[in-house]
Amino acid sequence: MKKVLVLGSGALKIGEAGEFDYSGSQALKALKEDLPVGRQEIQAVLINPNIATIQTSKDLAEKIYFLPVTPYFVEQVIKKERPDGIFLSFGGQTALNCGLELEKSGIFKKYKVVVLGTSVKTIQITEDRELFANSLDKISIKTPKGGFAKTAKEAEKIALKLGFPLLIRSGFSLGGLGSGVVSNIEELNKMAENALKHAPQIAVEEYLKHWKEIEYEVVRDKSSNKITVCNMENMDPLGIHTGESIVVAPSQTLNNYQYHMLRKISLQVIEHLGIVGECNIQFALNPKNNDYRVIEVNARLSRSSALASKATGYPLAYIAAKLALGYTLPELKNSVTKSTSAFFEPSLDYLVVKIPRWDLQKFAGGKDEIGSEMKSVGEVMAIGRSFPEALQKAIRMLETGQDGLLGNEIDETKLLPTTERLFVIAQRFSKGELVESIYKATGIDPWFLHQIKEMIEFEGSLQSSAFSYQTIAKAKKLGFSDKLLAKALKKSEDEIRKFRKKQGILPKVKHIDTLAGEFPARTNYLYLTYHGEESESQRVRESKKKKAIVLGSGPYRIGSSVEFDWCSVTAAKTLRAEGLETIIINCNPETVSTDYDSADKLYFEELTFERVSDIYEIEESASLVLGFGGQTPNNLAMSCFKAGYKTLGTLPESIDRAENRHKFSNILDKLNIDQPRWQNVRNTKEATAFAKKINYPVLIRPSYVLSGSAMNVAFSLSELKKYLKQASDVSSVHPVVISKFVEGAKEIEIDGVGQKGELLIYAISEHVENAGVHSGDATIVLPPQRLFLQTIRQIKDATKKILKELKISGPFNIQFLAKDNRISVIELNLRASRSFPFVSKVTGYNFVEMATKVMLGEKLAGDFKTLDLDYVGVKAPQFSFSRIKGADPRLRVEMSSTGEVACFGDDLQEAYLKALLSVGFKLPKKSVYLSLGGEKNKLEFIPFAKILSEMGLIIYATEHTSKVLKKHGIKNTRVFKISEKVHPSVLDLLQKGKIDLAINISMPRSDQGETDGFLIRRNCIDLGIPLITNLQAAELLVSALSSKKMSDLQIKSWDEYVS
Amino acid sequence: MTGKLILSDGTVFLGQSFGAAFSTSGEVVFNTGMVGYPESLTDPSYYGQILVLTYPLQGNYGVPQKRFWESERIQVKGLIVQNYLDNPSHFESQKTLGQWLKEEGVPALQGIDTRALTIKLREHGVMLGRVEVKSQKLKVKSSGIYDPNSENLLPYVSTDKVLTYGHGNKHIILIDCGVKENIIRSFVKRGVRVTRMPWDSDPLQAKFDFDGIFISNGPGDPKQAKQTIQNVKVLLDKNIPTFGICLGSQILALAAGGNTYKLKFGHRGQNQPVLDQNSKKAIITSQNHGFAVDMKSLGSDWKDWFVNLNDGTNEGIRHRSKPFMAVQFHPEASPGPTDASYLFDEFLDYL
Repeated sequence: MKKVLVLGSGALKIGEAGEFDYSGSQALKALKEDLPVGRQEIQAVLINPNIATIQTSKDLAEKIYFLPVTPYFVEQVIKKERPDGIFLSFGGQTALNCGLELEKSGIFKKYKVVVLGTSVKTIQITEDRELFANSLDKISIKTPKGGFAKTAKEAEKIALKLGFPLLIRSGFSLGGLGSGVVSNIEELNKMAENALKHAPQIAVEEYLKHWKEIEYEVVRDKSSNKITVCNMENMDPLGIHTGESIVVAPSQTLNNYQYHMLRKISLQVIEHLGIVGECNIQFALNPKNNDYRVIEVNARLSRSSALASKATGYPLAYIAAKLALGYTLPELKNSVTKSTSAFFEPSLDYLVVKIPRWDLQKFAGGKDEIGSEMKSVGEVMAIGRSFPEALQKAIRMLETGQDGLLGNEIDETKLLPTTERLFVIAQRFSKGELVESIYKATGIDPWFLHQIKEMIEFEGSLQSSAFSYQTIAKAKKLGFSDKLLAKALKKSEDEIRKFRKKQGILPKVKHIDTLAGEFPARTNYLYLTYHGEESESQRVRESKKKKAIVLGSGPYRIGSSVEFDWCSVTAAKTLRAEGLETIIINCNPETVSTDYDSADKLYFEELTFERVSDIYEIEESASLVLGFGGQTPNNLAMSCFKAGYKTLGTLPESIDRAENRHKFSNILDKLNIDQPRWQNVRNTKEATAFAKKINYPVLIRPSYVLSGSAMNVAFSLSELKKYLKQASDVSSVHPVVISKFVEGAKEIEIDGVGQKGELLIYAISEHVENAGVHSGDATIVLPPQRLFLQTIRQIKDATKKILKELKISGPFNIQFLAKDNRISVIELNLRASRSFPFVSKVTGYNFVEMATKVMLGEKLAGDFKTLDLDYVGVKAPQFSFSRIKGADPRLRVEMSSTGEVACFGDDLQEAYLKALLSVGFKLPKKSVYLSLGGEKNKLEFIPFAKILSEMGLIIYATEHTSKVLKKHGIKNTRVFKISEKVHPSVLDLLQKGKIDLAINISMPRSDQGETDGFLIRRNCIDLGIPLITNLQAAELLVSALSSKKMSDLQIKSWDEYVS
Repeated sequence: MTGKLILSDGTVFLGQSFGAAFSTSGEVVFNTGMVGYPESLTDPSYYGQILVLTYPLQGNYGVPQKRFWESERIQVKGLIVQNYLDNPSHFESQKTLGQWLKEEGVPALQGIDTRALTIKLREHGVMLGRVEVKSQKLKVKSSGIYDPNSENLLPYVSTDKVLTYGHGNKHIILIDCGVKENIIRSFVKRGVRVTRMPWDSDPLQAKFDFDGIFISNGPGDPKQAKQTIQNVKVLLDKNIPTFGICLGSQILALAAGGNTYKLKFGHRGQNQPVLDQNSKKAIITSQNHGFAVDMKSLGSDWKDWFVNLNDGTNEGIRHRSKPFMAVQFHPEASPGPTDASYLFDEFLDYL
């Protein structure tokens, strides 16, 4: 094996997120690492368009292709690179599905590429529910009773035999798309029809109500040595997708017999299937007896395996890669102890609690019910030595403004499975409800409920408790924060902290060592607990004088995901290389930053001020690095400053001057830099008065904003009133800001590094979409292709002034508007921004590395070429609307994309097309549907419609669009709007597969009369039809489609563009 | 009620009592298994020991009926945990762990930093220790610390009469040095008739035919089991198929002229990897032993059968030509993984 191709998972999407950066990076590490004598060095080639990942960094893979992970492009890369082997199991379902197709079309055979690890045949069995059930039946292992249907009729037949309620599941899916519980024929038909659009067949199964859901992570080598690395118990019973469940590891309510019965079955199944590497197996277990079912096997690394790796300290992906290369488990060492064998099963002396993070409020029309489909966008993992301790840690880690189980202003009392269920349960306990009745309603095991009840009862008694050692010590053991205690005991948070320190109530540092203390750990994978009397000493390579603590980005959410992990990891790596003892704090199991070897020490901990302070005090004389984990650490800047903590880089005071709108606005005025007119408003009266003064449309946003939380554009008084109400729900502490919304403006970003107030390096990128689309949802081009030199000069000038004024030393990002050759500033971030990995990888200069060095006081200089490049990089958003039923996929000022990709090309069109194909776009072959709202949009698009027509595409258009097109001599077929109730309607055409691409440009201003547009957009999403909702994007798309064929898209690796 | 654990080096751990309000002493050992406290507590091999469970939550699923236990009673001298849960949840649960410990008169402490304690035992080696529980009712005067290695423990844990189980064609004699019930169940399940005899009885005196000998697990220093070693020595000359587990393995080695030694802190857990030296296959095993066989001390007729992948110690011996075999780990599991259960079949193939 000389060269191995690794397939990544592409952009982050719901059901397939950062965990695959972790697994891919580990696989690359396993390939790259020093090899024992007798084995050749292996060259790793990676295909992954996700530019924000760590795996697409310079030193992990030999060659990196920022290209779509689709059969066409993978074949082209194979043709060019001629690898000997390929890894399919480290890039999620995307890589797996791609691999299955390539196998089917004989590509692997043609180019003599060996699929390493688990064979394709085995993968096919695990991916096809019918083959899977039959295969397990051969060794008398039980799977859910049911049948398989390729049509809704067949599904009905099975349903009548089994009776309702039933569970519908679709094969070949990630995150359970198109799955759910149905309780009658109508529901069944609806779901079956929908699911069969995405998958060739569905399973109709017995619904095992309130059975426990248990998972095992299993590893097997080619010599059939096998182990289970971790088991996990879903707090939520079967029926709630494991990605939507609160999960604990190890299992808590299984006795020895059950634990080992399921373990044994796991090993039997993995042996029977012939897995080589890692897999995840899910069980249903009857809580009333020992009956079980095997629900599914994922023959690849998964979200659960990432969680299990972090929960146990066992590097599953790394080991799986080694096993795929032909090693056996007994040959390999335990990576934590470095002395014992990798053939062992971790023993935990703590427990972990995982809670998903949802962002459903970011989707217009999204509902907060959870079920067998995944909707969460991220997760946190908390480590503790009691369930209450870990649970409350996890709640705070979510960063959803919840500090505990109660007092979250959640007034919902129905015990429905929703994202808020945990808090509803807490509410009901506080009102005296019994464990038994909640168990009956939810199926959550009483083991969990009893402890939640105990926490609630304690919290209830706090108000009348004495401020004593006993109270505080018990509270901390139960996981209560100082903040919450302060509120209950009517003290300040600082008073509680001081009291605790005086009384010696301090958290203790413990290692995760994989062997429960039996052997010493050589790594520093750490957590804090109040269930301990002693802190453990840590080994550090050599005692160093300087220490730095890098704060990570917390859970992935809309607006903050893998890009900030790349920044944190890169910063930590740089600090380490500069000779500092480097410490990372983060709590997200889907990250590379929480690999215990990303720094000298890892605290798998909360990013709250309280916990950061604890660690700051434990790690005496360390400096905090706040600039790379996104908004989470940035928000701590002022508290750290007030507490007198040492920080690296731009002073926290400056950060506050940038974040505080008033202060920042004054600075801009002083520097004579334009900004859209704005005002802080505290009530509706002030808001409407100001809006009247500056004229609609106006932008409404809360302060300390990330990803446009509750940001909206109001075109009228009624809209303003509506949005104001939402905004005040989000943040009651900070007032709302109203500013003038500039229509038709270009948006431009500058990312860079300041050095003592001087501009060291910068990159200017332009948005394809005009202002009004959140910068996280925008298509971004670097270097800019359509900016006036004068505009660029203005931007640079303004930037330099701001840098000087705020004495910026470190990363920054400024967003500008440009209209009619005038620029204005809309935002300044004194931290690394979402686009740092993109600008670093496109320009070839590592902005984070440079920023880190500057923060350390190193003097950097140089002439950096970032504007005049021979190629173009385009960053495109990835949306996950198909996961969020009922959500409107129209682009808005509120961010809703879940991930991004970036591709290179010789020109804008090539790069854009590659990027679109990377996020699942399919090129239209026959037809396009046009619906252009507003006269201006219609007229502007005419030349582009003409091109589409000239390309030989059939154009369908609704009434008004059709007329305008005709008037301009563009041939088109008029179709009826859904509301016209005449057939054939757009919907008919969409459903019959007559439309390859829908361009639906709506007027931003109105919700009224938009039901048709919504239905069309939603159907495009549900039917998997490419949809464009922005005019500028549509124009670029047409120009790209007309100028490029697939064969024009070059297969060039990163180093062929950027040397 | 508060209580404390005092180690022989003077270290004191403070906790709260959740078991019987007695004081006790014994050898302090730790087990890293994450499930199986009812099985461990009733395992006679723990006789004389104070058991520290490293998994921080205990009592989760209560206590099942007696028929699921490994012997008639709780065998440990005391139990030390981080957090005890008094609201168990399991369909098989009959009572809480606390209730059970009180009924059986076994003291237990929670709120102890079991990880710090475990690391101490790892670094120092196992230690003797005393659990003291403060109670108004009882005034317990603790006098010295009990050392279970200083005497022969087998009389306390072995049967005092001959018992039979099962109805198979194959018949084995089980020398009971403190046998776990699941060993007997494992044989009976495979259609074997088992005659269980006291630890010091000589199978050759039996007035019935049998096909093989089984030497069970049990507590304490193997060298204290002088009579059993003597009896096995004689048996070895008869070429009767013999299988030993845990203490049984050590007794077999001693009877064969070999030696045993005390491990620093033993192997107690459910995740111990061993490698079969013949097949080169590795399995995960359940273990509970403080002593090990010194392979170098055995003659060339014997070979390493299993070796621990973590520390290289012997985990099983096998005679090169005769039907004698023994393993240091627990193929009967309970608690723990069942990977090694095939060894019962391998032994029975000789009969």
